[in-house]
Amino acid sequence: MTRNSRKALRIKEKIIELLLSLCSSVSVLTTLGIIAVLSIESIFFFREVSLTQLFFDTEWTPLFLDKHFGIWPLIAGTILTSAIALALSVPAGLVIAVYVSEFAHERTRAFLKPILELLAGIPTIVYGYFALLVITPALQIIFPEMGSFNALSAGIAMGVMILPMMASLSEDAIYTVPKSLREGAYALGASKLQMILGAVLPGAVGGITAAVILSAARAVGETMIVAIAAGQQPLFHFNPLQPVETMTAYIVQVSLGDTPHGTLEYHTLFAVAMMLFLLTMVLNIVSLRIGERFKRMYR
Amino acid sequence: MELTDKHHPLARRPFEQDRETTRPLLARPGSEASFLFLARFIIASALLVLLVLVGSVVYDGFSRLSLSFLTSFPSRKAENAGILAAWTGSAWLLFLTIIFALPLGVGAAVYLEEYAKKSRATRLIELCIANLAGVPSVIYGLLGLQVFVRALSFERSVLSGSLTLALLVLPIIIMASREALRTVPKGYREGALALGATRWQTTWTQVLPVALPGIATGCILAFSRAIGETAPLITLGALTYVAQVPDSMFAPFTALPIQAFNWLSRPQPEFHVNAAAAITVLLSFMIALNLIAMVLRSKFQRRQR
Amino acid sequence: MQSTTVSDVQTTTGDTTARASSHEVKIEIRDVELFYGSYQALHGINLAIPAGQVTAFIGPSGCGKSTLLRSINRMNDLIDGVTIRGSIQIDGHDIYAPGVDLIELRKRVGMVFQKSNPFPKSIFDNVAYGPRIHGITNREALEEIVSKSLTRADLWREVRDRLYSSALDLSGGQQQRLCIARALAVNPDVLLMDEPASALDPRSTSKIEDLIGELRSDYTIVIVTHNMQQAARVSDSTAFFYEGQLIEHGATKQLFTKPREKQTEDYITGRFG
Repeated sequence: MTRNSRKALRIKEKIIELLLSLCSSVSVLTTLGIIAVLSIESIFFFREVSLTQLFFDTEWTPLFLDKHFGIWPLIAGTILTSAIALALSVPAGLVIAVYVSEFAHERTRAFLKPILELLAGIPTIVYGYFALLVITPALQIIFPEMGSFNALSAGIAMGVMILPMMASLSEDAIYTVPKSLREGAYALGASKLQMILGAVLPGAVGGITAAVILSAARAVGETMIVAIAAGQQPLFHFNPLQPVETMTAYIVQVSLGDTPHGTLEYHTLFAVAMMLFLLTMVLNIVSLRIGERFKRMYR
Repeated sequence: MELTDKHHPLARRPFEQDRETTRPLLARPGSEASFLFLARFIIASALLVLLVLVGSVVYDGFSRLSLSFLTSFPSRKAENAGILAAWTGSAWLLFLTIIFALPLGVGAAVYLEEYAKKSRATRLIELCIANLAGVPSVIYGLLGLQVFVRALSFERSVLSGSLTLALLVLPIIIMASREALRTVPKGYREGALALGATRWQTTWTQVLPVALPGIATGCILAFSRAIGETAPLITLGALTYVAQVPDSMFAPFTALPIQAFNWLSRPQPEFHVNAAAAITVLLSFMIALNLIAMVLRSKFQRRQR
Repeated sequence: MQSTTVSDVQTTTGDTTARASSHEVKIEIRDVELFYGSYQALHGINLAIPAGQVTAFIGPSGCGKSTLLRSINRMNDLIDGVTIRGSIQIDGHDIYAPGVDLIELRKRVGMVFQKSNPFPKSIFDNVAYGPRIHGITNREALEEIVSKSLTRADLWREVRDRLYSSALDLSGGQQQRLCIARALAVNPDVLLMDEPASALDPRSTSKIEDLIGELRSDYTIVIVTHNMQQAARVSDSTAFFYEGQLIEHGATKQLFTKPREKQTEDYITGRFG
């Protein structure tokens, strides 16, 4: 190879490396972009609405004539639907995880994994359809007073959607627990269930906690299921049979309407989005931390 | 009670004695059987839900599927409404999202796995990726609204939509590609480098071909998710009443999930049927994508043998 | 229950006065063969382990000593594809007979592993785990058992003030003693120890060896070790294994000074292994 062509090759390598590093910097730019966009527009919001109003008012009616900016109804809606989803997916996911890792044959596992992945891959709008047109009518037979938009149906649909994620992450955590702990329990005369409950699950608790928090973050950030089935009435209550509006559903509601750009109502979008972003970011970071500490435990 | 008392739980007993009924709850064989029953019941229910989930939608919407449905535009009368604008919009979105996200995502993964050394900068990048994976999709929509639609003046076009979706799926592609790259044995790289290949030559000729099936699978899953996304596009401002097929990437657009959502939001049940039909088409799209993924994956794996 | 006597067994090493003692046979291993799939790991083992003594299993790695040890509390049952033939009797009862309660077996035959494996819980909960799973829930009873077991394992003084702190914070040697306390807490009569000190520093190792000396009179102890000096220090009788076969078994002092088999002599003098 001549000296010149070698030099050209080196330059080409450098350029490629630069391009690739630019690709990876896109994620940093995106994060900065999100923070910038949300912050700037939220500042406009907070010029007109004080923090006291946001946190001490209990009504959220920014689109009406009589404007209130208390964010609690939206937070309550988010918490209610997410809590229902977690109440369904966490125990069920744990049971499935324990079953798959401790009891099931290879054949069952091979059969189950694609099914769970399928469940996780279905678009959320299908879950929304399901919640509105299948779950709600079915539940209305049991609870005649249930509204056609309500938190329970949306929560149940969300729970099913999150189930595969919870089961998969918990199974990974259980798999990380070393054989030596199981053997120690068996050697003391434990039955299989005693071994699982007394040695394996406590040993996996870090990973399972991370899984729960991650699932919670997913539930909080979910939009379409609640937008379709939970309703768009920001009422402040914890009754699962009545409609609620979540932070995410509000964002959709305003986006669908014709709120002019630059108005206070428009800026509520970003204030709510900022709260949502902070909430999910905290949950994600806590989950990552706990998960990393857990993985280091058994190295 | 003393240990010598034969009723003490820790007393030494003959091995053959049947103590099953006096054991603590979790040690009895009945408990294990109950747990297995519970687990199988939950799994069966999940399967059932999956079937009903997909089945109910397809069942409701199937009757509405027809050539006219696929080639008409939305209309105020349910029986005249169609998804022509919607599915062409989704197709455009998918195509452009792949063009933007694939090179960026795989490039970033290659950089992080093959080039970058452990430094504060790489740690920061990885932290960002992990966080972005957990950001709700609506927020990507707002980002797209301010940056692509407003600041860059791309307006509410297919371009803005696909750029937003690309950013949304980027973390997934990066993480899946990194996993795939990690499964490539170190020996391949070391062998090539030892023969004098450059880093890029090694990556392009030795590493990527081996990692390709894994990368492809991850990407297909990501893009499959992208065409099912509704929230970020709504937030972007994708108009729900669009009566045209996009003719360029600057054209306004709608998409299958948006059209379905729009119809679902109406009280009349005829529109719900339309929504079910649109969803059925969407699901077919996704199944097709996944099948292509499976074919691609087995083709690449066969080539490696 | 018939008791068979084993003659010519000297009780303590270094003691020149031979005690013509008859010790009961605690564990009788008869014609035991074990297969991992099609690979035979144990060939026709016949061995009588006396009660109230320390018996050492020695031999080069892969000779089957750990496999045989794990057969005594049926831990090999946990591995897929293992078949075992022959019989192992404890106090005259075949533990491989159908209808044997595994939980009862493992309660009476305790095991300490090569690498200590405390549960990620407090010291108290580690020791209390065994009694709890066997049905003891009374708080006072548990506290008494825990303190007794930790005292027996020579760990009480070091941990009495931090019973509720995590067991993982203990040093390696302390963790292993904790595992011994844990095993003692369920009131076993046999203790199986699989290279209990191989992962420890010399000081912790001698602590464990002293502990074994203290425990010997109340339990039947079988210890697997690759350290011949340890076997000579600690055990009353020794069994030498090679490639899945029992080559020689006898009083420790005699086996190490005047072995009957040439293979034993070669191993002891370091010609192989």
